[in-house]
Formats: sequence, structure tokens, C-alpha cells
Amino acid sequence: MTKQHENHRDMNFSHTVLKQSGGSTLLGYIGIDTIIEQMRKKTMKTGFDFNIMVVGPSGLGKSTLVNTLFKSQVSRKSAGWSRDEKIPKTVEIKSVSHVIEEGGVKMKLTVVDTPGFGDQINNDNCWEPISKYINEQFEKFLKEEVNITRKKRIPDTRVHCCLYFIPPTGHSLRQLDVEFMKRLSHSVNIIPVIAKSDTMTVEERQEFKQRVRKELEMNGIEFYPQKEFDDDIEDKSDNDKIREMMPFAVVGSDKEYQVNGKRVLGRKTAWGIIEVENPNHCEFAQLRDFLIRSHLQDLKEVTHNIHYETYRAKRLNDNGGLHPITSNDTQESNL
Amino acid sequence: MGQQKNLDGYVGFASLPNQVYRKSVKRGFEFTLMVVGESGLGKSTLINSLFLTDLYSTEYPGPSHRIKKTVQVEQSKVLIKEGGVQLLLTIVDTPGFGDAVDNSNCWQPIIDHIDSKFEDYLNSESRVNRRQMPDSRIHCCLYFIAPSGHGLKPLDIEFMKRLHEKVNVIPLIAKADTLTPEECQQFKKQIMREIQEHKIKIYEFPETDDEEENRLVKKIKDKLPLAVVGSNTIIEVNGKRVRGRQYPWGVAEVENSDHCDFTILRDMLIRTHMQDLKDVTNNVHYENYRSRKLAAVTYNGVDNNKAKGQLSTKSPLAQMEEERREHVAKMKKMEMEMEQVFEMKVKEKVQKLKDSEAELQRRHEQMKKNLEAQHKELEEKRRVFEDERSNWELQQRLEQQKMEASRTLEKNKKKGKIF
Repeated sequence: MTKQHENHRDMNFSHTVLKQSGGSTLLGYIGIDTIIEQMRKKTMKTGFDFNIMVVGPSGLGKSTLVNTLFKSQVSRKSAGWSRDEKIPKTVEIKSVSHVIEEGGVKMKLTVVDTPGFGDQINNDNCWEPISKYINEQFEKFLKEEVNITRKKRIPDTRVHCCLYFIPPTGHSLRQLDVEFMKRLSHSVNIIPVIAKSDTMTVEERQEFKQRVRKELEMNGIEFYPQKEFDDDIEDKSDNDKIREMMPFAVVGSDKEYQVNGKRVLGRKTAWGIIEVENPNHCEFAQLRDFLIRSHLQDLKEVTHNIHYETYRAKRLNDNGGLHPITSNDTQESNL
Repeated sequence: MGQQKNLDGYVGFASLPNQVYRKSVKRGFEFTLMVVGESGLGKSTLINSLFLTDLYSTEYPGPSHRIKKTVQVEQSKVLIKEGGVQLLLTIVDTPGFGDAVDNSNCWQPIIDHIDSKFEDYLNSESRVNRRQMPDSRIHCCLYFIAPSGHGLKPLDIEFMKRLHEKVNVIPLIAKADTLTPEECQQFKKQIMREIQEHKIKIYEFPETDDEEENRLVKKIKDKLPLAVVGSNTIIEVNGKRVRGRQYPWGVAEVENSDHCDFTILRDMLIRTHMQDLKDVTNNVHYENYRSRKLAAVTYNGVDNNKAKGQLSTKSPLAQMEEERREHVAKMKKMEMEMEQVFEMKVKEKVQKLKDSEAELQRRHEQMKKNLEAQHKELEEKRRVFEDERSNWELQQRLEQQKMEASRTLEKNKKKGKIF
């Protein structure tokens, strides 16, 4: 009897261990799904990094938008620089880091600003410092990865997302915009944004968006979310919907006003109050949801799996094997 | 200086202003306005709003709708009449300014244009026959500043520095409905500070003896640079029809002085200071140009005279002779050109006619060929048909013979001849 029972037990045991590739129904609860909870706990403990870069000529409200996105004073402007700082003669790269916390989750947010971009009389090659910075971050990560004794968690300073601010001329993209996006859409996720969109009426905004989209298509500029990286049908349809709305026409503000008894972020003009989070007024809410609430992790993944891998492959091919660029005191491996 | 004397009776020269007025009205006025700024700042819309005409309409789209690679200077003229007074308005537009990636020297075509207008005027002033002296000098230059909210861009500063001595520069803040009132105030202050820092001489409103006017002028001065919004679409607001821009959060009215400074600009430009702008152009900028030009000529000697126009000390008769000769030469050239054009046109027409004749001939041939082909086809068909018919008849005969043969056989059978 017991033998039979044992056999029976054994058989049961073997059934549950067996994994059929078609996805079999399990005969008992194992607890595989608790892995999500474990991951969540781990993530909450370690926190994660997010690096966002803002590019555009001065005066388009970049810093204000970043502050509005993360609902705190995180931009360079608020870290002690004055409002009427002189325009620098060349493009500079300034980054400011903050740790913000929400719901127990810690995020180390780095905002990289590019003052001086597009502000000079002669803007030739003003994208070069930016391209160099992005590649430098990739290089840093690559070096860490290639080390023999690696750190447990490599600090990630790679730029995950680049918000490109398009001035609301109402006509079309400028030459500078096209040049920049063409050159950088292969090394970083570019999200074009129409700045200060409270300049345009709703019809003007629609027309402008269509024209911008057409020009982006004509020039072969793949902005994030790129069509070629859609994993499945569901992804594709979600991303298609988002791509239809891009570029987002946004308005930023860090001042609050009272509207209909609620306190909202907005801008007060003599003819009305522009509510930043009202989807009828501007598309800030959609941008925020897209950027933070749904695609934040995807941005990091695309940066890591695609842009970084492209850079890495190129570097390894170029050198015929990886040689250390500078010899450090840490041990380097010779692949 | 004469003493001032009091009159004992009414002489009547108080009507002098009226006479001047009537003469001027008959003559009509001219005004040339230049607009400079990056594309997309609403220059064309503002021009349309200022003069309530559609200078740039859908049939004749403004420069902004055309793509250009270099800075161009384009002129459009329009004649507007109001209350019996007619104004020949010339708008000089500068599409492509500040739009390229490298904008160094994008102001050069503009400076060249202004100088060439001055030169034309100088030449026509120096002629003996000065009856028709068209004044195409630029009387005012509206410079559009993008509403960044921070300050002037390097391009703005460079441009204004180079042009403030050649033309009346009036800086404007374009698309001012982007800025809240506080931002606008700060921005204006910042701009004025930078203008003073770089010693840019923008157009200054003259001080008058009239107290009332002085107060108005001071009010305008406080609001410099003027922040404008342009629109020609009419919207209903509280039962009134106003020009404005409709947003989901409200309507920005163009002519409401709380919303923007458009009315101030229009009043200043057209209603009060138009003549002053022309005077300053004539007395200050033009004189600067002229003195510089003449000084250069006398310094460089005689052979520059031929290149730079007749500024020599010839006798008036000789000059007249030269002018007449010039005129005759010009006429001759025009005549030759017209003849050439005429010949060319005639040749074209002859060629066209020849071509169409050849075409017709060809078609005729083609049709004839088709017809013959069809004819042949039909012949062929008929032949085939005849063949068939003869075959069929043959067959019929054969059949008939067969039938006859079988019938006789039957008959014989019946008759019992064959067992």
C-alpha cells in the first residue's frame, strides 16, 4: 500500500517538475509568480537611475518642463544659477543629479542640460559636444563591464532619453533641428517635443504637428518609440497610438493657481489660465504618462540593449579586440 | 532773426497748412517698411493686421511658405486709400534671415539693400532733371525678437549693432501671447538693459513742446520694446467682434491694450509718427550715408565719379547732354531687347505651327495605315469566309450524295434486291 502510495507521490512530483514547452497547466501552486514581488523588493532597496537630457535653444522652457515633469526643482536653473545667465559661447554640458523618492521607490535622476545649443550666430557642429558626451558615457560603462573585477552594480550614467525641444514657429522644422536629430537618433532615444505650445491655437498646433511628422519621416529620423523595436502586436498598437500623437505639444509651469476650486499648475495670462495638466490645453499630461508611467523602463532597456550594444560592437570591431584606452590602476582584461 | 510782429488785421497765411495738406493729399504719400526676423515669428500676420489688408494671402503666399536657402530681400507694394488720402506702402521682407545653421553675415544682403536704396536716391538727387524723385528709402525697420523670456540672442545684438546707424530700428517682441504679464515685464527690462549695454541706438521718439504729447511719448517709452500679437481672424467675445486668437483657455485680443501693445505700435507707426520716421530717415540716416559717400569720392579722386554716379563739377549743360545721351542709349537698348524678344516669340510660334503641322501629317498617315490594315483584315476575313462557304457547300453536296446513295440502298433493300 505504502509502496503504491509512494509511487503515486513520486509520479505527482515528477509531473509538477516536468515543464512542457507548450505551457502546461500546473497541478499545484509552486510560487513562481512571487518572483515579481521579489524583484519589486529588490528594486525598491537598490533604487534605479534615470538620465534625461534636454536639448534646445535657450528660452524654450526646458528647465521649467523638467521641473514640472518631476514635480520638484531638479533642473540646473534651480540649483543656484540665475535666470539671466549669459549665453555661453560654445555648447556646454551640465548635469545635475537628485534622488527623488515616491512610494518607497528611490530614483536617482540626472538631468543633463546643454546650454548654448543653437544660440550662436554660427551653429555649425553644435551637436558635436553632445554626441561626444553620449559616447563618453557609453565608454565609461563599457570599461566597467570589461573589467576583471567588476563592481556589483555598474553606475549607469548613459543617457536614457533625450528630449529635443522644437521652437513653435508654426511653419516647419528648422535646418538645425533636422541635422541634430538625424545625427543623434542612432545613439540615443530622441523624443521631440514642441515647446511653449501655448503660442499656437489648436488648429495651428495640429497643422504644425503634421508638418513636423512629415518632415521627420522624409528625413528618415527614427524617434523613440522606434518602429523597428516593437516586440509584438500589442506593443505595436500601443506605440502606434503614441507615435500618432508625437511630437507632444507641451507647456511647462511650476506655479500654482486656483481654478474652479482646485489648485493646478498653470500660467496666468490676461485672457485666461493655461492649465498644464489639462489635456484640452496642452499635451503635457500625455508626455508625462508616456515618459514616466509607461515607458520609463523601456527607455532604459532600449538604451542598454540597442544603443549601447551598437556602440560596443563598433568599438570591439574597430579595435579588433578591446584594448584599454587609458591604463588605470584597476585590472583590465585583454579580450 | 526777425522780430516777432503782431498783425493788425487778418492776412490769411494761417491757411498755409491747409494748402500744404491739400497738395500732399493730391500727391499721395509713400512709406517703406522693412520687417526682419526669423521665420515663424508672425511677421506676415502682423503686416496684414497693421494695415488691414491681405498683403500675403493664399493666392500670393508670403515668403514664409516658400523654402529658401539664403537670405533674400523681397519687396511688395500695395496702394491703400483712406479718406481721400492714398498711401503707397512698400513692405520689404527678408525671408531666410536667421534660419540657416550658420548665420554669419546673414545681415549683409539687408545692409546692401538699404545702401543701394540710399544710392538710388543720391543719384536721382544729383540729376539735373529732378522732377520725379521716387523715395524708396527704407523709413523704418521692425526687428522681431523671439519671445524666449531670457534676453537678446547674439544674432539680435549683432544685427541691431550693424543697422542702427543706417535705418530706424524698432525692436518688437513677437508672439507676445506666449508670455505672462510678469514674464513680459522682466523680458522687456532685460532687453532694454542689453540694448543700453551694447549702445544700440533704436528709434527714439522725439520730445515735443506739447505737454499732452510728451506724456503719451513717455508712456510709449516705458513700454519699449513693444510686445505684439498679430491676427486677422475675427472672433466673438462678449457679443463684440474683435480680432484675436482663440485658445482653449481664452481669447487673446489683438486690439486690447491689456493683452498686448499692438494698438500702441499701430498708432505710433501710422497715426502719429510716420512723418517723423521719414524725416529722421531723410535728415539723419540719409545724410550720414551721403556725407560718407561724398567724402570717399573726393578723397579717392576723379575716376570714382564714373562708377559712383555724376557727382562731378561739370557744367549743367554738359551734364544735361550726358543725361540725354544716357537716356537715348537706354531707349535704344530697350528697343533692341524688345525686338529680340519679339523675334524669339515669332520663331517660337513658327516652330510650334510647324510642329503641329508635322503632328497632323503624322496622324493622317497613321489613320491611313490603320484604314488599310482594316481593309486588309476585312479582305482576309472575306476570303476565309468564302473558303468556308465553298467547303461547306462541298460538304453539303457530299452529304447529299451520301444520303441519296443510302436512300437508294434502302429502297433496294426494301425492294428486296439485296439479301
